[in-house]
Amino acid sequence: MSVTTEGARRRGAGRGRPLLYTSYAADQAIWNTPAKRVWTLALLVAVLALPFYLDRDLTSLLTTVFVYAIGGIGLNLVTGYAGQVSLGHAFFLGLGAYTAAVFGGEATDDVVGLGLDMAIWLPLAGLVPALVGFAVAPLAARVRGLYLAILTLGLVFIGLHIFNEADSITGGAGVGRAPAEPVLFGVDLTTRFELFGTRVNRDMVYYILCLVVLVVLAVAARNLTRSKWGRAFAAVRDRDVAAEVMGVSLLRTKTLAFTISSFYAGIAGALLSVVVGRISPNTWDLFLSIDFLAVVLIGGVATITGSIMGAAFVVLLPRLVDELSAYLPFISGHTGEGFLSVFQLQTMIFGALIVLFLVLEPRGLYGLWVRVRNYWKAWPFSY
Amino acid sequence: MSTPAVTEPILDVSDLTLRFGGTTAVDAVEFAVGRAELFAIVGPNGAGKTSIFNCVSGVYRPQRGSIRFDGEELRGRRPDTVAQLGIARTFQNIELFENLTVLDNLMLGRHHHLDYGALAGLLYLGKAKRAETENRRVVEEIIDFLEIESIRRSLVGMLPYGLKKRVELGRALAMEPRLLLLDEPVAGMNLEETEDMARFILDIRAELGVTMVMVEHDMGLVMDIADRVLVLDFGQRIALGEPGRIQSDPAVIEAYLGEAP
Repeated sequence: MSVTTEGARRRGAGRGRPLLYTSYAADQAIWNTPAKRVWTLALLVAVLALPFYLDRDLTSLLTTVFVYAIGGIGLNLVTGYAGQVSLGHAFFLGLGAYTAAVFGGEATDDVVGLGLDMAIWLPLAGLVPALVGFAVAPLAARVRGLYLAILTLGLVFIGLHIFNEADSITGGAGVGRAPAEPVLFGVDLTTRFELFGTRVNRDMVYYILCLVVLVVLAVAARNLTRSKWGRAFAAVRDRDVAAEVMGVSLLRTKTLAFTISSFYAGIAGALLSVVVGRISPNTWDLFLSIDFLAVVLIGGVATITGSIMGAAFVVLLPRLVDELSAYLPFISGHTGEGFLSVFQLQTMIFGALIVLFLVLEPRGLYGLWVRVRNYWKAWPFSY
Repeated sequence: MSTPAVTEPILDVSDLTLRFGGTTAVDAVEFAVGRAELFAIVGPNGAGKTSIFNCVSGVYRPQRGSIRFDGEELRGRRPDTVAQLGIARTFQNIELFENLTVLDNLMLGRHHHLDYGALAGLLYLGKAKRAETENRRVVEEIIDFLEIESIRRSLVGMLPYGLKKRVELGRALAMEPRLLLLDEPVAGMNLEETEDMARFILDIRAELGVTMVMVEHDMGLVMDIADRVLVLDFGQRIALGEPGRIQSDPAVIEAYLGEAP
């Protein structure tokens, strides 16, 4: 039956009626219009081809975008969709990074490491933070709003203390340790090799790896948000009493949101540590949490696509400012004289943009995109 | 004031008492609702009508008494487990999820009919996909029943009041309840909207056979469609019986109009 209805929809699309659905499955699909399918595919191909044309440092920067997008999606699930403000995201990223380092890193005189394969340490880097998130959730589910923000803030400080003190795992304050070894199915990803006559370096491999993980996790998150659980998240966010009366268990829903969010954070932390190359305990502080909140707020609350846009913005903006500052007279470069340093300018622009987004477009970059899309949908009419 | 005993009641409330500090909101109230009955609760403001609903659906915890639904004690249950037994309700001040579409609001009513876990949700294959599609069909039947086809994709926050009330009724119906609690279904509606809502309520009983308990201030509506009426004043039951008898009950007249000189 589904075959015939699918055929009917295709014919409808062929006659130039792409919005004519003849089955609920087609209506509920993520890519529910031909335009979305084509453009997503085109974008994916372009992104895959990009590292072959870019410098190594830019490739590495885009890899960081993917990693931030994974973490941002995780935070958006719990904060954007389920409405539970979390400042503790950095703690779960750190937990993921150190889980990966313990299971996948090399043992030295100072730190422990089991040297396992990436196929083992990467899932574990998600599962261990997910378990901790699961354990913390019942506490977090009892409070909301500002109180929850403070509770999760506490997690960051507890985490920083533990990371600084647990020398045998983290290397200790000011020392740090090497991250997990990127050896996937016995293949060392750091070795160079030739592919179709092109030399493929470490940065390109990381790029593809993080992109694949991002695509898988983004599709999974999108699936979750259109399932009963995503609706339950939104219900708990909008009106928790009504949600409960509809048969949605608050404790179960919030616990699920925290658990999955922590899983995403853990994966992001593990990949970030590999991309950066060395991890120090002080990386996982409140400022990292705020970076991820910025990803969610700038990208757009409660959208997966927006989280990816937000990650690109947050990661690429400092670099953009850096590049442009060469043309601005009043900015001192890394050595020269000037009114402001590049870092000061970066911080100021970053802060100003968060304020501007909150005031002018609370739906973030995704909201801007929706506006542009709707404008061209209605063009040449204004509404 | 004799009450004909209800044989095999679906909802049996006895000695229900709810206090907020020194205020007794519901005072030893007793009533029973029969199967497929349309039961109304009326009374002046602050009589404890909505409080009874909140006790039944688990939002408030009464100090004394029992609430039996099909033989099961509801007291001490959390709202979500009460809902899973088959009790749905609407709210006096519409409690819809404003950032979601009408469809998503109705699909939320199907929450516990969608029998798949979080992992299945992440994968959205096989079981989860099938469950979503099947339940979408059920929701579309309700959309058809309530004649809200044209707004199914609208955000609920953008809808006018009367339609919101109808969507909220739809969300409760989507739960396929055995008992439906309607808290002021026609409050703030004009005559036409009231008549529409009355028609829906009667259709629900006729077509779906759902038992309904309704709190309502619109006495015209109550007298027209209710099978029996419970009258409360200051948390106490002052009358219970058929609409015609209630209207001439001296205690009811006193509560509404004051003591006759």
